[in-house]
Amino acid sequence: MGTQKTAPQTPAEARITAEFLGARMTLPGTAAIGDLRDAAFEFFMESGLPTRRLEAWHYTDLRQSMREALPIAIAPAATAILGLGARLETLVPRIEGLDTIRVVVVDGHFIPGLSDVARLPQGVSLCSLSDALGTGDPALVAALCAGGQGVGDSALALNTAFMQGGIVLDVAADTDVGVPVEILSLCSGAQAQAVYGRSLVRLGAGARLTLIEADGMEDLRVEQRNCALVVEVGDGAAMEHVFIPAQLAAGSSQVAHLLCTLGAHAHFNSFTLARGGGLMRRQAFVRFEGEFANAQLAGASLLKGHDHFDTTLVVQHVAPNCVSREYFKFVLDGEATGVFQGKVSVAPGAQKTDGAMKSMAILLEDGASMNNKPELEIFADDVVCGHGATVAQLDEEQIFYAQARGLPRSEAESMLLEAFVDEATDRVENETLRETLTARIAAWLVARRG
Amino acid sequence: MLEIRNLHAEIDGKKILNGLTLTVNDGEVAAIMGPNGSGKSTLSYVISGRAGYEVTDGEVLLDGVNLLELDAAERAAKGVFLAFQYPLEIPGVTTMTFLKACMNAQRKARGEAELSTPDFMKRVRAGADKLGVAQDMLRRALNVGFSGGEKKRMEILQMSLLEPTFAILDETDSGLDIDALRIVSEGVNALRDPKRGFLVITHYQRLLDYIVPDTVHVMSKGRIVKTGGKDLALELEQNGYRDYVGEAA
Ligand SMILES: Nc1ncnc2c1ncn2[C@@H]1O[C@H](COP(=O)(O)OP(=O)(O)O)[C@@H](O)[C@H]1O
Ligand SMILES: [Mg+2]
Repeated sequence: MGTQKTAPQTPAEARITAEFLGARMTLPGTAAIGDLRDAAFEFFMESGLPTRRLEAWHYTDLRQSMREALPIAIAPAATAILGLGARLETLVPRIEGLDTIRVVVVDGHFIPGLSDVARLPQGVSLCSLSDALGTGDPALVAALCAGGQGVGDSALALNTAFMQGGIVLDVAADTDVGVPVEILSLCSGAQAQAVYGRSLVRLGAGARLTLIEADGMEDLRVEQRNCALVVEVGDGAAMEHVFIPAQLAAGSSQVAHLLCTLGAHAHFNSFTLARGGGLMRRQAFVRFEGEFANAQLAGASLLKGHDHFDTTLVVQHVAPNCVSREYFKFVLDGEATGVFQGKVSVAPGAQKTDGAMKSMAILLEDGASMNNKPELEIFADDVVCGHGATVAQLDEEQIFYAQARGLPRSEAESMLLEAFVDEATDRVENETLRETLTARIAAWLVARRG
Repeated sequence: MLEIRNLHAEIDGKKILNGLTLTVNDGEVAAIMGPNGSGKSTLSYVISGRAGYEVTDGEVLLDGVNLLELDAAERAAKGVFLAFQYPLEIPGVTTMTFLKACMNAQRKARGEAELSTPDFMKRVRAGADKLGVAQDMLRRALNVGFSGGEKKRMEILQMSLLEPTFAILDETDSGLDIDALRIVSEGVNALRDPKRGFLVITHYQRLLDYIVPDTVHVMSKGRIVKTGGKDLALELEQNGYRDYVGEAA
């Protein structure tokens, strides 16, 4: 990469460098993986943590906000795992009315002993990322790199350099994984640490999967998290994905990458429910590689206090005749900051692309702010692409109408906000998951009223 | 009983109510008539507690309780109801959900138990049938895509379910054809009760053929300038407001 002169390392960058040098030899993988890590780390050394001077990170200055770097998470102790196992069902109650196959990750490390491995149906294989990296399989390495999506992003480079937890889940062609798979991330509770995970989910042609990524504990903890999910949706395959990131304690930072490629006639529907917690960036890269595929990225972001939540999307239409939809709702209270950056690019030859992107925000307080930057980059002539972004306040007339019928102001606000957010939640296809999300949104709104 | 004494109110520094005095007894239907811009809607908002108005003098008492010290939701729980001149559309909230939330919020404020779902459903169905409100409308977002007449009927349905002690109808007749006017008026008349007072605001006498008032007040420039019986409405219909508007100047 470039040889531009960069600012001297911040204490956090220096600590990350020391962590990498200390951990390098024990990080999993063959020599080829080691080379991949070194190249990624070299890029990080050149660019440093992302700053506002980069267009892609203009509204989320990770370098500025990361005062210190936490030590890299080590594999949890056996006693800690036993302890979590005993409390698992109470620690993370099952989603009501939805049977799931649970895959448990502790401090970023896959724990087969706590996971429902035996319940995986035929045609589904699951292993830890470390085991997969140990094989050095070139196809796997290529898959983990998601065809180079996100190259040039130093947060993703850090993830590549440090990746150690996570899982590799393969669904064979034409296999319908009827029961949703739920990846639960738990914390052993030991010390404040940095978690770097990368998981890979591959759907063979015609396969179907519902994947939930959820966090076990609702209680706050300080953490630095940099995790990636790489998804390959094969020809004619369909995947629904619901992501409910952790509400980490103030002072935490979280970067969650999604790297998705779609084959012909593939379908991908991803929903993120963000409820704040420190500084968080969700960045999704989606690439259409086969014709007649469709993908939807939707989300609800509920933010208060000093929460900072950034959704950045890069959608690349390479193949023609594909449909992309992005639909995001933000509710911003207190002094929270929301960011929506969406870039839809249509390559020459990606004719008949149909793209629509929308971001809508409601500000509840003067101190809250929303930054919108939708972008279209179109190099084909026969396409339908549009985007819209709105920032508004609750309608005082509607609130008074509800008040005049007896609803206290705070309840009237919740009712209107719920209706506003529902338009995003409605895009989740699995009805039980949709209801679960709606219930969590309602709970957040009640908690906001105090 | 609603008692308004020497009420002065302004918005953005503009004086709109200028020493308005009015009493409506329990069981009484009082009509307020007056030219556009005389402050009728403002009066209804000040009674029901909409934000943005500054009351600079006077008082508003409902059964001896000073309404001006309560917020809009508290006033509703005390029994004040306003049927809006322009009912609001609430996208994404079904009529059922809205009705249930409002009824239960009022009950909670009064220390009463929440309605059970079957009890609620029974009441809504019965009320809707009486007003010719189709069941499928109850499952649609409140007032969204409703015709003018449907919106006004929905206001009366809400009134019948919330059982207020004092109801204000702000130009409920505007935008209604004769059939809708009859249905809405029958809905209101069915709620007439010795313990319930009504303030019926209208620009035209026509509504008062259907909802026959006990008293008629003429409002001009933010005050009541003439009070009489139901014949006063007929007289206004013939001669217009000119005489009374002059008096107020
Ligand atoms: N929000 C407002 N700001 C300024 N003036 C207002 C506002 N609302 C009403 N007014 C003015 O107050 C006067 C009375 O209005 P309104 O109460 O709506 O009268 P009516 O219902 O009798 O037609 C009018 O001159 C109107 O322009
Ligand atoms: Mg009016």
